[in-house]
Amino acid sequence: MASEIKLQALKENVDTVEVNAVKVSPGEVVAKDQPLLEVQADKAALEVPSPMAGRVAKILVKPGDQISIGQVYCVIESNGEQPAAAPAAKSEPVPAVKKEPAPPASQPTRSVAVPPLHKPQQPVIERPSPAPPPAQEKIVPAGPATRRLARELGVDLRQVRGSGRHGRVVEEDIKEYVRQLASGAAMAAPVAGPGIQPPPLPNFEEWGPVEVQPLGAVRRATARQMSLAWGLIPHVTQHDLADITDLEAFRKQQSESKGPKLTVTAFVLRACAVALREFPTFNASIDMANGKLILKHYYHIGVAVDTEGGLLVPVLRDVDKKHVRELAEELNAVAQRARERKLDAAELKGGTFTITNLGGIGGTAFTPIVNWPEVAILGLSRSRLEPVVRGGQIVPRWMLPLSLSYDHRVIDGAAAARFTRRLAELLENPLMMLL
Amino acid sequence: MADVIETQLIVLGAGPGGYPAAFLAADKGMKVTLIDARERPGGTCLHVGCIPSKAVLHAAKLLTDARDATHIGIDFGTPKIDINGVRGHWQRVVETLTGNLGRLSKARKIDYVTGRGRFVDGRTIEVEGRGRYRFENCIVATGSVPALPPSLHLASSRLMDSTGALKLEDVPPRLLVVGGGYIGLEMGYVYAALGSKVTVVEMTDGLLPGCDRDLVLPLHKRLEKLFDRIYLKTKVAKLEETPQGIRATLEGEGVVDKQPVFERVLVAVGRRPNSRDIGLDKAGVAIDERGFIQVDERRRTTAERIYAIGDVAGEPMLAHKATYEGKIAVEVIAGEPAVYDARAVPAVVFTDPEVAWCGLTETEAQRTNREIKRVRFPWAGSGRAMTLDRTEGLTKLIVDPETDRVLGVGIVGAGAGEMIAEAMLAIEMAASARDLAMTMHAHPTLSETIMEAAESLYGLGVHQMPAKR
Repeated sequence: MASEIKLQALKENVDTVEVNAVKVSPGEVVAKDQPLLEVQADKAALEVPSPMAGRVAKILVKPGDQISIGQVYCVIESNGEQPAAAPAAKSEPVPAVKKEPAPPASQPTRSVAVPPLHKPQQPVIERPSPAPPPAQEKIVPAGPATRRLARELGVDLRQVRGSGRHGRVVEEDIKEYVRQLASGAAMAAPVAGPGIQPPPLPNFEEWGPVEVQPLGAVRRATARQMSLAWGLIPHVTQHDLADITDLEAFRKQQSESKGPKLTVTAFVLRACAVALREFPTFNASIDMANGKLILKHYYHIGVAVDTEGGLLVPVLRDVDKKHVRELAEELNAVAQRARERKLDAAELKGGTFTITNLGGIGGTAFTPIVNWPEVAILGLSRSRLEPVVRGGQIVPRWMLPLSLSYDHRVIDGAAAARFTRRLAELLENPLMMLL
Repeated sequence: MADVIETQLIVLGAGPGGYPAAFLAADKGMKVTLIDARERPGGTCLHVGCIPSKAVLHAAKLLTDARDATHIGIDFGTPKIDINGVRGHWQRVVETLTGNLGRLSKARKIDYVTGRGRFVDGRTIEVEGRGRYRFENCIVATGSVPALPPSLHLASSRLMDSTGALKLEDVPPRLLVVGGGYIGLEMGYVYAALGSKVTVVEMTDGLLPGCDRDLVLPLHKRLEKLFDRIYLKTKVAKLEETPQGIRATLEGEGVVDKQPVFERVLVAVGRRPNSRDIGLDKAGVAIDERGFIQVDERRRTTAERIYAIGDVAGEPMLAHKATYEGKIAVEVIAGEPAVYDARAVPAVVFTDPEVAWCGLTETEAQRTNREIKRVRFPWAGSGRAMTLDRTEGLTKLIVDPETDRVLGVGIVGAGAGEMIAEAMLAIEMAASARDLAMTMHAHPTLSETIMEAAESLYGLGVHQMPAKR
C-alpha cells in the first residue's frame, strides 16, 4: 500500500516551511520516526520524522520548496511490497497528488515591494581574534572563474562578502549576494512603516535579463524583522572607541592555557551584562499602546551569527551570571549549531539586547538596526592598532570601534553616550567587570 | 579592384595570439579570415621563436648534462655534433606543429590567407595580391620583430638576429651576444654548448634585467663557467666587418680586449612591436611612443571594431599573454563580459638552470615601496635537487604581509619553468602561503621547495637549519 505523507503541524504559528534538505531518496527503506526532511520554520531548523515504516516511493519536494501543513510531500509504500519495486512503476496513484509547491505561487509573495530603505545588515560569526588589521584589499581575493561569474552577473566583487579564509570569494558567495540583492527590498509590505505605500516595481527586463528567485525562510524572517524595527524605531547610533590593548594582551596570554578560546565578543558580552545592570533602560522594552516601559530583570543577550542560510541571532541566557570563559564556550557552541541549522526556535527568543560583530570583515563603524522589541544593539567593527596620545606621547594602541544603535523613544543621547563610554571603560579595564 | 570579400572577423597575424583567437571565434560561429605572411599558422613563436629555440635548447641541455655526468661517474667522451641533425630536429618539430595548426584551421572552416595585410580604412584590409577584405570586427595580432639599434647596423652575413641564430648555419669559434636578456642567454647557452666561445655584453649592471638578482645569481655563476666572458655595464659602440670576422668596439669598465673579433654576432637587445606598415593610421588605431597599440582592458583599440592583442598590444611580449588576450578579444566581440584581469603573467627563461617568475617581484616591490614578506628556500635543502646533482636552485615566495596571500613567486633551478604553474594557480586563486604549506606535495620532487618556502613563514621548513643561538 502506498501512503501519501502529509506535512503535520510542527510548531505553533507555523503553517509554511521551507525544505532545507531531503534526507532520504526514492527506493530507500525507512523506519518509523526516521527523519525524511529537514525544514526551516521561521529561523529554526526542524526534522520531519516519518509517520510509518516502509519504502520511499516518491519524493515530491526538493530543497528550497515551500510546503504547507497538510500538503503531501512524499509517498511511502508500507512493508510487504516486492523488494525491487521500481519507484517509477508505483507512481500511478501519485498523479492524484497535487504537485504544487512552485514557490512563487504557493507563498503569496507580494507583487509589490518597498524600495530598498536599507540593506539588511550582515553580521558575522565571531572570529577568534582581532589579528593584525588587514590592509585595504586592493584586489579582492577570488579565482579567475569566480571573477568571471561576477562580471557575468554584473556584481562588483568588492561588495561581496567572501566566505573563505581572508575573505576569499568563491562562486557560491556571489550567487548568495545576488540572491540577497534580488530579495533585499522585495518583502515586508505587511510591516512597512506607517503610511509607506510601496510603488510597483518597474519591469526590470526592459534593461536586461533578470532572474527571479524565491526568498528563503530566514531571509523573509530577517526582512520582516528589519522592516518592522526600521519603521517603528527612531534610530540613533552612538560611536565610541575602546582601548583593548590590555584586554588583548590578557586574552593572548590566556589563549595559551587550555579551554575554549577567549574571544573579544565573550568579553564584550560580559561587559554588556555589567553595563546593562547599571543602565536598566537599555535592558527594557517600550509599550506605547499602554504607555509603559518594561524593565527586564534578566540579561539575555543575542549574538548575530552569519550562516549560509542567512542571519540568525541565538540568545545567550543570563549573561550576567556567567564567566567570560563560559560565555566564550557557549557562544562557540551556539554559533556552530546556528551554522548547522540546529538551533531550536526557543534559542532565538527572549533576548534583551543584541551584539553584532563585523570585526571579522573590517570597517570602522556602522549603524546596526535595533532588534525590536529590544531598545539597543551594539555593533563591533574591526579593532586596529592606532596612534593614541597618552601623557603627551603617541603610543600604538588596539582600538575597538563600538557602534551603539538605540531606540530614541526610550533612551536619550546623553545616556547612550554614557552607556557606550562605560562599555569602553569596562573593556579598557577588564578587572572592573569583576566588581 | 576586385570585389571586396565580406567577413565577420579578421584576425591579422596567426601567431600564438592570432590563431587561438581565430579558432575560438570560429568555434563560436563567426566567419573568420585569418591573415598571415607565413604559409601556415604559428607566427614567430612556432616558426622562429619559442618552439624552435626550445628544441635547440634541448640539444644544448643534453650536451651540458652529458658533460656534467662526469661528476656522478659517467663519461660519455667527446660528443660528435652534427649541426644539420640539430637543425633538423627543430625543423621537424616546427613542420609538424604548424602543419597540424593548418589542419585545425581548415577543419574550422577558417579562411586562411597568406600575405601581408594592411588597413585601407577602418573596415577594410588589403592583402597583397589577394584582394580586399571587409570586416565587421578585426583583431590585430601582428606581434613583434627583433629590434636592431642603428649603431649595430652592419651589412654582414655574420650579423644575426634570433631568427638567424636559430638557423645554426655553423658553430662559430667565437660568438658575440649583444644583450643579456632571455633571448641572448638562451641562444648564447646553445652556442656555448655546441662549442662556441661566447661573449655576452649587457648594458645594464646585470643579466636578465628586471628579474630579481637572487634568482639571476645561480644562473650567472653557471654561465660564467660556460661562457668565455660576460661583460656588464658595457656597450657595443661599433661593429665593423673585417676579413677575420666582425670587430666589435666595447665600452665598459672591466673590458680587457676592447676590440675583439667574432666570427658571428647575435644582436638580441629586445623586440619591437610590429605596428609599422600595417596602415594603423588609416584605420584610426592609435599607438604609443614605443609603437604599441593602445588597448583598454577589453583589448579594444581607439578605433571601433578593432582590437589588438599580443606583443603589438604591449608588454610583456610573451606568447601566453597573447593567447590569453586573444580569448578576451573574441569573447568581447561575442558580447561576453570578458576583461583582462590576469593577476600575474609567468615568465620563463629556458637556460640551464631555468629562471621563472610570476606576479610581484621583489625588485618591483622595492621600486613601488610596497611592503611584502619574502621567504626563500635554497635547493641545497631539497633531496630531489641533490639527486639531480643540481642544488644551486632557489625558490622564493613574495606574500602580502597581512594576509599572507601569495603575490609573486620566483624560482631558479632545473625545471623551474614547469614549477611556475603551481605559483600561477596560487596567485590566480588568491591562495595564501598557508594554503601552499598545507597542500601535500609529492616526495621527492622539486615542487616541495614551494611548500617548504611557504612553511618557513610559519616556523621552519622541515629541511631548514635553525639559526644558531
